[in-house]
Amino acid sequence: MNAPCFKASDYKSDINPIWCPGCGDFHVLMSITKALAKLGRPPEQIAVISGIGCSSRIPAYTNCYGFHGVHGRSLAVAAGLKVARPDLTVLAMSGDGDGFSIGGNHFLHACRRNVDMTYIVMDNRVYGMTKGQPSPTTEPDWDSALSPGGTGLSPFHPLVIALASGANFVAREFSGDIKACTETIVQAINHPGFSFVEILSPCVTFRPDEREWKNQVHLASVPETDDPARAARRIMTDDGMNTGILYRGRRKPYFASVSDEEGDISALEAAFEI
Amino acid sequence: MNAHSDHANNISFAIVGSGGAGAMTAGAILLEAAGKSGWYGLLNRSVGPQIRGGEAAALVRLSTKPASCMSKQFDILVAIDWKNADRFINAMPVASGGLVICDPAAGDPPKAVLEADCTIVQCPIGELAKSLPGGRENMISVGLVTQLVGLSLERVMEVVATKLGSKGEAAIENGRACIEAGIQAAAGFGHAISMAPPAEKTCDRWLITGNEAVGLGALRGGIRFAAAYPITPATEVLEYLAPALASVGGALVQAEDELASINMIIGASFGGRPSITATSGPGLSLMMESLGLAAASETPIVVVDVMRVGPSTGIATKSEQSDLNIAVYGFHGDADHVVVAPLGVADCLFTAQWAVHIAETLQSPVILLSDQSIGQARVLIDKPAEVSFLTRRKPFEKADEPYKRYAVTADGVSPMSIPGQNGGQYTADGLTHTERGAPSSARHDQRIQLEKRRTKIEGFDYGDHWGVAEGDDGSDTVILTWGSLTGAAREAIDALAAEGISARLVSLRQILPVPLKALEGALAGAKRVLFVEQSFSGQFYRHIRAHIDLPYEVRSLNREGPYIIGPDEIATQIREWKAQ
Repeated sequence: MNAPCFKASDYKSDINPIWCPGCGDFHVLMSITKALAKLGRPPEQIAVISGIGCSSRIPAYTNCYGFHGVHGRSLAVAAGLKVARPDLTVLAMSGDGDGFSIGGNHFLHACRRNVDMTYIVMDNRVYGMTKGQPSPTTEPDWDSALSPGGTGLSPFHPLVIALASGANFVAREFSGDIKACTETIVQAINHPGFSFVEILSPCVTFRPDEREWKNQVHLASVPETDDPARAARRIMTDDGMNTGILYRGRRKPYFASVSDEEGDISALEAAFEI
Repeated sequence: MNAHSDHANNISFAIVGSGGAGAMTAGAILLEAAGKSGWYGLLNRSVGPQIRGGEAAALVRLSTKPASCMSKQFDILVAIDWKNADRFINAMPVASGGLVICDPAAGDPPKAVLEADCTIVQCPIGELAKSLPGGRENMISVGLVTQLVGLSLERVMEVVATKLGSKGEAAIENGRACIEAGIQAAAGFGHAISMAPPAEKTCDRWLITGNEAVGLGALRGGIRFAAAYPITPATEVLEYLAPALASVGGALVQAEDELASINMIIGASFGGRPSITATSGPGLSLMMESLGLAAASETPIVVVDVMRVGPSTGIATKSEQSDLNIAVYGFHGDADHVVVAPLGVADCLFTAQWAVHIAETLQSPVILLSDQSIGQARVLIDKPAEVSFLTRRKPFEKADEPYKRYAVTADGVSPMSIPGQNGGQYTADGLTHTERGAPSSARHDQRIQLEKRRTKIEGFDYGDHWGVAEGDDGSDTVILTWGSLTGAAREAIDALAAEGISARLVSLRQILPVPLKALEGALAGAKRVLFVEQSFSGQFYRHIRAHIDLPYEVRSLNREGPYIIGPDEIATQIREWKAQ
């Protein structure tokens, strides 16, 4: 019997996204559905988990199982699900505010924990859903109503943090390059352990300057590595516009043995007898 | 009880020592040996925040009948040392005619002890321990109490052998030498308070803490996943579950914080595995937003809150019942959910199992309010009966039309698919949603889903489990309490009955939704109602008052922690009230 064949459209729901015309997230959704079709896993065996923000609306736009939770906690929901149901393919979705600000602590520990799942962050360097406030990845001099004249703070460096915290796969892509995004997402899902993919996804409404990203991104000039020290040097010195898979590690994924058997608790009860 | 009677039905003793001296181990050995001899009893601890060098006392009550709370006074107090004792000695007054044993080398007893009407006996506990190979002061204390209450050395040694088994034969023999030395020393005091013989054993006995019982009850209910962040005094629930879950094919994940732990169990439960976490007040505060998510997304979870003194960090090692408000009213929006509370240590088992049943059946968060006084108490109980509920989520069955995860049904419960089920795909959402789960900001969707969730919570048949109504049916005086104070109220009623004063007990296990009919039925015929709760502001009283009319004379015995309200105080209130 031939394995069933899936098209990208099999992974799309009939709900229209609320995103603004020109939003990079449309391309990310397209890349994800294409990647899932390439992998050929049935939609019901895939779970897409998110938090709050424009990018986090994505689960409902897929035809997979989805969970649209609270702000910043998608990684925790995803980790619980994957440990409890290791048979599923679990994708966690986030944005730069959701993932790196309110959810920053979970990011560190998800990298450390190394549960076998894929974390895709659509980074547009702005809070879009609340109409344009600076996020952890926003440039220090970016002017806004909430932080007039800019925050003056150094931007957060997600790839460095991921690597330092123990992520097993680190990549950066640009949403406009659907082919490269698709391929990297396939690689990320296939790689055991915690895979982190930052996708530069322009917010054309609050950051019209990001329309220029398509001219600024460039493929990393060096091949991927499994040496964290080399990867760190590379990521620390890049211009933030390098794309491609930068690090593919060999750490053992988190393991917990779970079973569908009901389990006999009589021995546990007997332990209390005196 | 009378300290001088030859055979007491209750004996309370305290072993005091600075943290690390082994007072808790000594108390635990004695309690278990008493259990093996056929007595009942319980052990609680009085500890300060320091792990070592702080104050620590093992408080033990032995009884010929099942005991659910500590005595107000202690018949025997053994002081290994008096370090920091002034910080907590007032919490363990020595009974009139009681016996205090202390080491002359440890200095003078605190003022409270010197002023008490008790016999103080000097015993060189430290010297005795030093004179024996591997000698330990806490084991000398075990010997002292063994002799004074009339335990058999054989029973005590059975327990010691199990506890020290891993340390080898020599450790056990050293222990025996210490215990024998203690027995010999106490034999010379000329003061004994031995226990009356135990009642005939009709069933097996268990020795269990409330925190362990919550864990086991959860497993009985079908819990197979937990996420954990340590916090006093709930940690033992999680430490019990870690190996226990692994042994039945489940898993526990240690999370980075409570925000993660609750979201992990939401994820695991979404994946089809009944899930739990345990925390205390500060952790519950952090979890509130996600509890609302579980309510809105209809994800079944059980959150155990082992309450401690609050607000903020409060007193982490002491008990209070002051998280009722946050458990009931802490959600933003209108988030119908369920709150239950075990009526004592033994009932932690049943209530946890019931909580899982409700959560899974109603696809709802259930908060279980335990507290330090029962969570960390170790109690001898009759082996609990097997209870079984038909617990299952309403299953998804594939149909021709698109699946409606949040379909409106007569009982408000919608069929729930599990990832992996073909055709059951949906997005669980904290956004207001349509019956299919699509995000919606329409007025009718908000209304429909609120009504659906209220229907399932309020329409559910909670059966007879709402609480207990006990005592003289004809009495017009009711003690109305909840959760962990049930045992103290019950003992108060027994004590009053012995004096010919009648009162009855109504205690709630079901805190939300308030069991209106059952409660009004239980209060019928009452003229006086005394609310009893461990809360400064009277949270329980205000909660009940918000839900039912109280056409009675009402009084309230409510107090903050750390001193637990005991049977004597409750009985005094009733006695004085009835005399007016």
